[in-house]
Amino acid sequence: MKKEKIIEGLLKFSALVTILTTVGILYVLLSESISFFSEVSIWEFITDKEWTPLFVNKHFGIMPLVMGTLLTTFIAVAVALPIGITIAIYLSEYAPKKFKKIVKPLLEILAAVPTVVYGFFALMVVTPFLQSFIPGMSGFNSLSAGIVMGIMIIPYVSSLSEDALSAVPKSLRNASYGMGATRLQTAFKVMVPAASSGIIVSVILAFSRAIGETMIVAIAAGQQPRLTANPLVPVETITAYIVQVSLGDVAHGTLEYKTIFAAGITLFIFTFILNNISFYIRKKFKEQYD
Amino acid sequence: MENKLEAKNVSVFYGEFQALNNINMKFKENAVTALIGPSGCGKSTYLRLFNRMNDYVDSFRMEGEILVDGNDIYNKDVLVDELRKGIGMVFQKPNPFPKSIFENVAYGLKIQGIKNKAVLKNRVRKALQQAALWDEVKNDLDKSALELSGGQQQRVCIARALAVEPSIILMDEPTSALDPIATAKVEELIHELKKDYTIIIVTHNMQQASRISDYTAFFYMGDLIEYNKTDIIFTNPEHERTQNYITGRFG
Repeated sequence: MKKEKIIEGLLKFSALVTILTTVGILYVLLSESISFFSEVSIWEFITDKEWTPLFVNKHFGIMPLVMGTLLTTFIAVAVALPIGITIAIYLSEYAPKKFKKIVKPLLEILAAVPTVVYGFFALMVVTPFLQSFIPGMSGFNSLSAGIVMGIMIIPYVSSLSEDALSAVPKSLRNASYGMGATRLQTAFKVMVPAASSGIIVSVILAFSRAIGETMIVAIAAGQQPRLTANPLVPVETITAYIVQVSLGDVAHGTLEYKTIFAAGITLFIFTFILNNISFYIRKKFKEQYD
Repeated sequence: MENKLEAKNVSVFYGEFQALNNINMKFKENAVTALIGPSGCGKSTYLRLFNRMNDYVDSFRMEGEILVDGNDIYNKDVLVDELRKGIGMVFQKPNPFPKSIFENVAYGLKIQGIKNKAVLKNRVRKALQQAALWDEVKNDLDKSALELSGGQQQRVCIARALAVEPSIILMDEPTSALDPIATAKVEELIHELKKDYTIIIVTHNMQQASRISDYTAFFYMGDLIEYNKTDIIFTNPEHERTQNYITGRFG
């Protein structure tokens, strides 16, 4: 009986460790950010159009970093969404079962490639390739970083969307075929709408993954905070900035040092909101067929 | 009355397993034909031959010919989608789409490229009236079909099949998931529909077969044992096995 108690205690402990870690991270993020915002007003943080905390003439406007993050993320989602959903529809509606069994795990390998390899690939292969027909494109730019990040998140969209499509009752597919609908009509008029909540969740998850992605953008998108929607010039994302400061020689406890926590909490708010939206959608549409 | 459908020397295999054994059968136009027999006798497989719904089953193989209006529907040149537009199907479990009642009934029409709103409205209304559901739902056409009761859902599915004005309706135990009152409504409906449609219905319910069908075919282990007018099958069957089955001695 004593053994049981010890095991139970260990299990409880491991559960607690993960919760405590999250609480700890939140605590550090919050306390450092609060101390940052006691020196820089939130208003300035949101409205200033420049981010130059490491220069002599300091500006603390987060918008250039947010813009860089959103720009690379939107490019990534624009790549991953159509490709991922096309793959999902092909696998669930057209492909033979055996083929699906082999291809789906193969696709998931895409998400398992180390991101530093992707970053390198974007910088050394994709950018020179794009430069060959987009003259004036910078060596660092959000376009190639975004495209490569899009390739990385394809399996998030394709696998989860495929799961959602496969979860739609077979009887609906039969009903549609029975009416004389083609495979394509059945896929787009019945299956995709019926699986829409799962597909939306997959896209949000991919979005959230792209927002938090660090290595690819740090390597290939540049490190110049710039408020721009131009995908051809260097930008800096929130994550890339945090890397830059963490690796640099900024003194512990200074205002410059605290900027990474302010940037970090901004990032946290973004992903937190996205995760909650996906949680809400999943919950709301869960009982649709029960 | 003409022969609307015909099966000629039809055998069906699933891999090594033979599900149907050299079936020959002619179906009369504008009549209700019931297919009865114990579970696993091949009657559902047989029904699904007429709109080629078995095509999606791996390892499915068929020999012989299925003729619809004299044409072999398993001919290579036949477009399966086109074939199915003329043959409605109602399934065992109500399977409305997670869409509004209107969208469900209009589905087949939209598939065929009909976009005119007035035409759609008319055809949906007509189909719902034929399915004896119009009065119950005419004010809720935008409501999700999933919010209806099981019996109403099944009638939406029947209306969905009727909306495209097929000449043949295949029904695979359409009342097995319904309560007695809903069953009675669907049966009444089938009785009405045979004026305009050729109906084949698979059923496990002997009383139902005797109530609604003009002809009855009894299947056993992949063989067609007996096929005749319903009153003859139920009052004076030729085979002892048929007799045993309809009186409930086995099955």
